[in-house]
Amino acid sequence: MTRIVRVASGQGFWGDWQEAPKLQVRHGPIDYLMLDYLAEITMSILQKQKRKDPAAGYARDFVPLVVELAPELVAKGVRVVSNAGGVNPGACRAALVEGLREAETGRPLRIATVTGDDLLERLDTLLAAGHELRNMETGEPLAEIRDRVESANAYIGATPIVEALRREADVVVTGRSTDTALTYAPLIHEHGWATDDWDRIAAGIVAGHINECGAQGAGGNTLLDWEGVDLVTPGYPIIESDPDGSFVVTKHPDLGGRVTWATVSEQLVYEMGDPAAYITPDAIADFGSIKLEDLGGDRVRVSGVRGSERTGHLKVSIAYRAGWKAVGTLVYAAPDAVAKARRADEVLRGRLQRLGLAFEEIRTEILGAGACLGRDPAALPRDVRDGLPEVELRVGVRSEVRSAVDRFTRELAPLILAGPPTVTGFAGGRPRVQEVMAYWPALIERAAVERELRVEVTDA
Amino acid sequence: MRVPLERIAIARSGDKGNAANVGVIALTESAYPVLVREVTTERVKAHFRTVCRGDVVRYELPNLGALNFLLHESLGGGGTVSLMLDAQGKTFGAAMLGLEVDAPDDVVEACDRVRRGERSGRPAAG
Repeated sequence: MTRIVRVASGQGFWGDWQEAPKLQVRHGPIDYLMLDYLAEITMSILQKQKRKDPAAGYARDFVPLVVELAPELVAKGVRVVSNAGGVNPGACRAALVEGLREAETGRPLRIATVTGDDLLERLDTLLAAGHELRNMETGEPLAEIRDRVESANAYIGATPIVEALRREADVVVTGRSTDTALTYAPLIHEHGWATDDWDRIAAGIVAGHINECGAQGAGGNTLLDWEGVDLVTPGYPIIESDPDGSFVVTKHPDLGGRVTWATVSEQLVYEMGDPAAYITPDAIADFGSIKLEDLGGDRVRVSGVRGSERTGHLKVSIAYRAGWKAVGTLVYAAPDAVAKARRADEVLRGRLQRLGLAFEEIRTEILGAGACLGRDPAALPRDVRDGLPEVELRVGVRSEVRSAVDRFTRELAPLILAGPPTVTGFAGGRPRVQEVMAYWPALIERAAVERELRVEVTDA
Repeated sequence: MRVPLERIAIARSGDKGNAANVGVIALTESAYPVLVREVTTERVKAHFRTVCRGDVVRYELPNLGALNFLLHESLGGGGTVSLMLDAQGKTFGAAMLGLEVDAPDDVVEACDRVRRGERSGRPAAG
């Protein structure tokens, strides 16, 4: 018997389109809804929120969404898998329990939380036990920046999610599960794939990579005929998985978006490193082995995926405080917009220098004149450069010294009256001083994390 | 004929720490060998000389008719450290398509038909 399992993508990041998951549930049959909320920067933001409020530290948007959808999830038998738990899955569960009190679902919803990925509290114990957490890029031991660590999370895989599903969870809330595991854990569970069935798990990883960026896997950002894609109500991708590992990427037929060989290929190469070694906690996928077949009608078949054995380590994403920064902008209009913006930059830099402020970097970009690729406007043909109706001067600074960055934010507004002519676009006020979070990628022995993983189940 | 890469390929880019990744996908089977021949690491490094301070590494994906490039040290430190407008290299893919390549006339014409929606594109490989 061939049982096709349908896993729908509903969110590609925290802040993604809130209608998408509702449309996925309401516009056609699906079995699972995966909601990815986490990025590297998100973890440190959530830790900060949790420090201020012990009941915070998760993706708050997730709770009202699940509460609204709860009656339909039960009626249609759709299960939700999400990393919305951030650095506080327990608080997320508590909020869900509270929210679901009023929901008319006919039966309780079973909520599972996965914890144990958050290493912040255990960091000193781990270091003392000899886990050096050396920076994968520089080789330095974590001790160098230990006192500045803001968050530390191991990327965990499918095993605890599979356990939660086996215990009949309707909603699985995890912390830093990998984005791809949110899609392939349901496939492992439903198809009963063995934990060393590397090829099939690798196929699930590819499916997860297509799902993890929401609409981008179904026509968002496509460069081929982008004007022809309906992006008002895009259908996000849906994976229809066969037990043999092959799958079809599709979307609900009555929604917009597009699924073709081109849109799927574009998403496959997104954020790709070495395609032969896409490493996850559960297997290593070889993206070079992928075979695509465009079936037409927004259906693309993916097959042939090969995988290899997982490694003995998990990746740890550590964020640490690394100074301060601010970015300010002003708009200069024609004639000679570029020349005016450059003079304003000279004046600004002269004043900063006169104040004797120390910056690690001052970066000037002139938007409208090649800034996206760091091009010098001088490289533009003269008639193009001189013909620009307006440009935006964008200056950023970074420093270990907060007061220097703060002073910079007060040096932009004076240019409005004490700078080159034809300036505007300053209504936004003073630039905001932001704390810089730098990343410290490290590896840790798998067992040190996995023995602490917990799955808890509550009926709400 | 000499054409911008956009006539025969599409692309998508993103970030990997302080490196940008740029995937380039041939519009037809016959356009892939042109990519392999024309879009070399040297030419990509030169094309992105204003942002790329490190090495350019290329990976070939014949099954997908695609090349993947890693442009090291291109994002001003990456993540939130970067002061760059495009700190995630999101615009690098479209910028890559401005690279000029030599392609046989029939390859370009077949790709033009894909662009106009007169024939479907790449698959058949694998």
